[in-house]
Amino acid sequence: MKDTVESFQTPDGRTIGGVMMEMKHITLRFGGVVAIKDISFDIREGEIRAIIGPNGAGKSSMLNVISGFYHPQEGEVWFHGSRRPSMKPFQVARQGIARTFQNIALFEGMSVLDNVMTGRLTQMKTGMMAQAIWWGKAEKEETENREKVEKVIDFLEIQHIRKTPVGRLPYGLKKRVELARALAAEPKLLLLDEPMAGMNVEEKEDMSRFILDVNDEFGTTIALIEHDMGVVMDLSDRVVVMDYGKKIGDGSPDEVRNNQDVIDAYLGVAHD
Amino acid sequence: MPDTTSQTADLTSIPALLARNAVRYADRPAYREKEFGIWQTWTWADAAKEIRAIALGLVNLGVKRGDYIAVIGRNRPAHYMAMVAAQMAGAIPVPLYQDAVAEEMTYVLDHCGARFVLCGDQEQVDKVIEVRASVAHIEHVIYNDKRGMRKYDHSHMNALEDIKAEGRAAEQRLAAELDARIAELGYDNTCVMLYTSGTTGRPKGVVLSNRNIIEASKSSSEFDHLRESDEVLAYLPMAWVGDFIFSIGQAYWTGFCVNCPESPETMMTDLREIGPTYYFAPPRVFETQLTNVMIRMEDAGRLKKWLFDTFMDVARKVGPRLLDAKPVGAMDRFKYWLGNIFVYGPLKNTLGFSRVRVGYTAGEAIGPEIFDFYRSLGINLKQLYGQTEASVFVTAQPDGEVRADTVGVPSPGVEIRIDENGEVHYRSPGAFVEYYKNPESTASTKDSEGWVATGDAGFIEEGTGHLRIIDRAKDVAKLSDGRMFAPKYVENKLKFYPNILEAVVFGAGRDRCCAFVNIDLTAVGNWAERNNIAYASYQELAQHPEVLNTVQGHIEEVNRSVAEDPMLSGCQIHRFMILHKELDADDGELTRTGKVRRAVIGEKFKDLVDALYDGSNEIYTETEVTYEDGRKGKITATLMIRDAAVVPVAGQKMAAE
Repeated sequence: MKDTVESFQTPDGRTIGGVMMEMKHITLRFGGVVAIKDISFDIREGEIRAIIGPNGAGKSSMLNVISGFYHPQEGEVWFHGSRRPSMKPFQVARQGIARTFQNIALFEGMSVLDNVMTGRLTQMKTGMMAQAIWWGKAEKEETENREKVEKVIDFLEIQHIRKTPVGRLPYGLKKRVELARALAAEPKLLLLDEPMAGMNVEEKEDMSRFILDVNDEFGTTIALIEHDMGVVMDLSDRVVVMDYGKKIGDGSPDEVRNNQDVIDAYLGVAHD
Repeated sequence: MPDTTSQTADLTSIPALLARNAVRYADRPAYREKEFGIWQTWTWADAAKEIRAIALGLVNLGVKRGDYIAVIGRNRPAHYMAMVAAQMAGAIPVPLYQDAVAEEMTYVLDHCGARFVLCGDQEQVDKVIEVRASVAHIEHVIYNDKRGMRKYDHSHMNALEDIKAEGRAAEQRLAAELDARIAELGYDNTCVMLYTSGTTGRPKGVVLSNRNIIEASKSSSEFDHLRESDEVLAYLPMAWVGDFIFSIGQAYWTGFCVNCPESPETMMTDLREIGPTYYFAPPRVFETQLTNVMIRMEDAGRLKKWLFDTFMDVARKVGPRLLDAKPVGAMDRFKYWLGNIFVYGPLKNTLGFSRVRVGYTAGEAIGPEIFDFYRSLGINLKQLYGQTEASVFVTAQPDGEVRADTVGVPSPGVEIRIDENGEVHYRSPGAFVEYYKNPESTASTKDSEGWVATGDAGFIEEGTGHLRIIDRAKDVAKLSDGRMFAPKYVENKLKFYPNILEAVVFGAGRDRCCAFVNIDLTAVGNWAERNNIAYASYQELAQHPEVLNTVQGHIEEVNRSVAEDPMLSGCQIHRFMILHKELDADDGELTRTGKVRRAVIGEKFKDLVDALYDGSNEIYTETEVTYEDGRKGKITATLMIRDAAVVPVAGQKMAAE
C-alpha cells in the first residue's frame, strides 16, 4: 500500500504529505437510485487530486459528500485522522474546506469585492448589529478581512473589476471570482467542480495556471472535477475514475491512462 | 528655493539628488503604488533607505563599476529604486521594453553585455531564461514579484526582497565601499542606457550621462515651473526616455511624487484617483480617450447630449483663449463658468484631468480637433518635440503659444539648425554621449561640434520661431515625376478621423500614392452597432462596403485638403485598401512605441502593395501573425481595393484613371 509512505516528492519538486481526507466505503442513494456505490479513496496533503468520469458517474455527488452537502447512507468520511460526524455545509466550511460550483453561484448584483468578502464570513465573529453600525471590533475585523481579500484579488489578477457588479462580467471572469471567493476562506482543502467548463483555450490556460499557483503558493490541497482530459492529466498528481457510481481506477495520470477499464468507460466497449 | 544654486555644484548624479531629497523633502511622498487596493507611499526618506539597501545588496552580489544591469518590468517603485541603486553601485541601468518577446530581447541583452537582469515577474524571468541559452554573460537574475517563482532553480537567481535584506545585513561590511562608489559619480558618468525603438534596423543603445539627464531635467522643470507638490502617473514603458526623464530625472530634480498604477488594466481608475498635475501621453492615448467620450455621448440621453453639444461649442470658442489669457467677454466667461459646472468639470474628473497643470503630448503629430478638444476643456495640453538622443527635449511650446501644427520653440539651452536638405539638427547639454559599441552610427549622427541630426525634416516658421516637423527626413522622397512625397503628412491627416486607427501611404518612386488603412475597432464597431450592421470579426467589419464607403469619404476629404498645398498636392491618395489585421508591434510592423515601420510593412505586404498599383479590385492574401505569447498563426482574407477621387491640380499630368 502506498499509504504507508508518509510524504513524498513529486517529479516537479512539490512535497505531498500524509493523508488529509479519507473516504471509506461511501454509498449514496437517492431513493432507489444508487449515485455512489462503495467508493473509497484518499486525498493527501498538498496534492492536486482529480475526479473524472463520464456524465452521470457520480462525480459531483462525491464532491457534495466531501463538502457536507449530501450525507452518505453508508461509509465514513475521515478528516485529519478522525471520523467526521454528520455536519452541515457551513460547519464543514469552518473546518477549512471551500468549494466552487459547476454552475456559477455568485451574488450577481453585488460587486466582485463584496462577493469575495462573503468568502470570509465563516471567519467573522462579530454580530450582525455590530457590523451594521460598523463600530469597534467589527470595524477592525472588516479591515483585517479586507486585507486578506485584497491579497486574493491581487493573486488572481482581478483588481480591475474590483468594483464591478458580478452580473456584468463575462463567464470566464465569473469563474475566477468564484475561485477568489473560495480562496478568501483560506481553505486547507479546495474543491473545484468543473473549473474550466465552457472556457476557451486561453481561459483554460489561465485557470490552470491559477490552480497550480494556488497549490504552490498557499500549499492548498485541491480536489477537482474536470472533463477536459488534457487539463486533468497535466494538472493532477493522482486521479480517481468513476463510472456509474463505481470506482474503476485510481492512480497517477499515466496509470489511469493505461487502465483498460478506464479506456472502455470512455471509448465504449464493443458488445458482440 | 534659495539654496539651489549653492548646492547645484554637488548635484551631479541621481544618487546625489536622492541624498538631497532625503533631507530636504524627507516627509514628502516620493513614490506611491496602489497595491492591495490601497495607495502605499514611500517618502523620500523611506525611498533613500530602500534604495541604499538594494545598492548594498547589489554590491554584495558582486556588481562591479561599469556593469550593465537590465531592468524589465512594468512601472513599479521597486524598479525605479533598483535603477537608482544600480547607479549607486557604479553600474548602469538599462531598462528594456517589457512587452518585447524573447527573441527581440536577445539582441539587446547580448549587445549591452548585462551581467545582471532585474525582472518584474515570472513572465519576464521566463523570457530571460530563454535568452540566457544564447547569451552567456547573464550571470544572475533578480526578480521582484515572487509569485510562481518557488520552483525555479535559484542557484543564479534571487528575489529583490532578499537582495535588499542581504544588503541591510551587509551594511557594516560594505557601507564604506558603497559610499566610495557614490562619491565617484559625476557629470561624466553614464546615467542610463536606453535602446531606441528602431524604426529602421537594429535598436541602438543611447548612452546618456548624468550631465545629459540632470541638465535636461533642470531646464525643463524650470521651463514648466514644476514643483515638489506635483504628481505624475508613471504608466509609459520604462524603457522609453520620456519615462526616465519624468519619473527619475525631473522627479529627483524637483522632488515630486511618482505614482504607479496597480496594474495596466486599472490605469484609468488609478489616473482618476491620483489626478496628476503633470501628465504626459502620446497622441494615441488622447485619441482613444476622446473616441471613448464621443461614443459614450452618442449613447447618452437627449438632455445630456444637448448639454454636452451646447457647452462644447462654448468651450471651443472660449476655452483656448482663456488658457492663453487672451481677452474674453463677460457673457462668454459666464457661459464657460456654467459649462464648467455642468460639463467640463465632471468630464475632466472622469478623464482624471481635474488637476492637470501641465500636460504634454509628443512622439507623433496630434490631430488639431483632438488637441483643441482638450485645450478647450481648460487642460493645458502642449506639444513637445524630442528624442532619446536629446534626453527628450529639443523644442517645447511655452504657455500661451500653443498650437496644434507646431512643436514649439527650442527648449532652454538647445540650439537648432536646419541643414540644406531640410533636416533638423540640434545642440544641447542633453545631447547624448554616444551609441554604445557603435562608433559609425555615432559619427554619422553627431558631428565633432556636438550637432546632432534628428533624422526629421522640418522648418522654422517665420515670425514665431516655432519649429514645424514635416516627416522623417529619409521618408521624404519623390514621386516618379519628381513631385514631393511626404507620407507622414498625409497619414496624420487620415489618422485624425476617429474611424481610422493607422494609415500607411506608399508612393516613393511611383507615379501616384496609394494607402493601407487600419480601422479603429472601437469607433467603427460602435458605429456598426448603432446602424444594425452585423459582423463576426475584425476582418469582416473591415471589408464591409459601408465601412469602405466611410473610409473612402475620409480619404477624399483628405485629398481635397492635401491638394490645397501646392508643394504636397502630389500626395493625394488614388487607391486604398483596408487591411485585414491591425498593425502590431508583435509582428514587427510597429515599433514598441507605436510608430509605423514603413519598410517592414512594404516588404511583408508586398503582394498587397503590388495589387494597389496593378489596378485589380480585390486580392486574396495570407498573413502570419504572432500572438502575445510568441506563438504564430495565420490569417487569410480577401481584400477589396477601392479608387478614391482626387482633385486635379494645375500642371499635373492626368494619369489614366
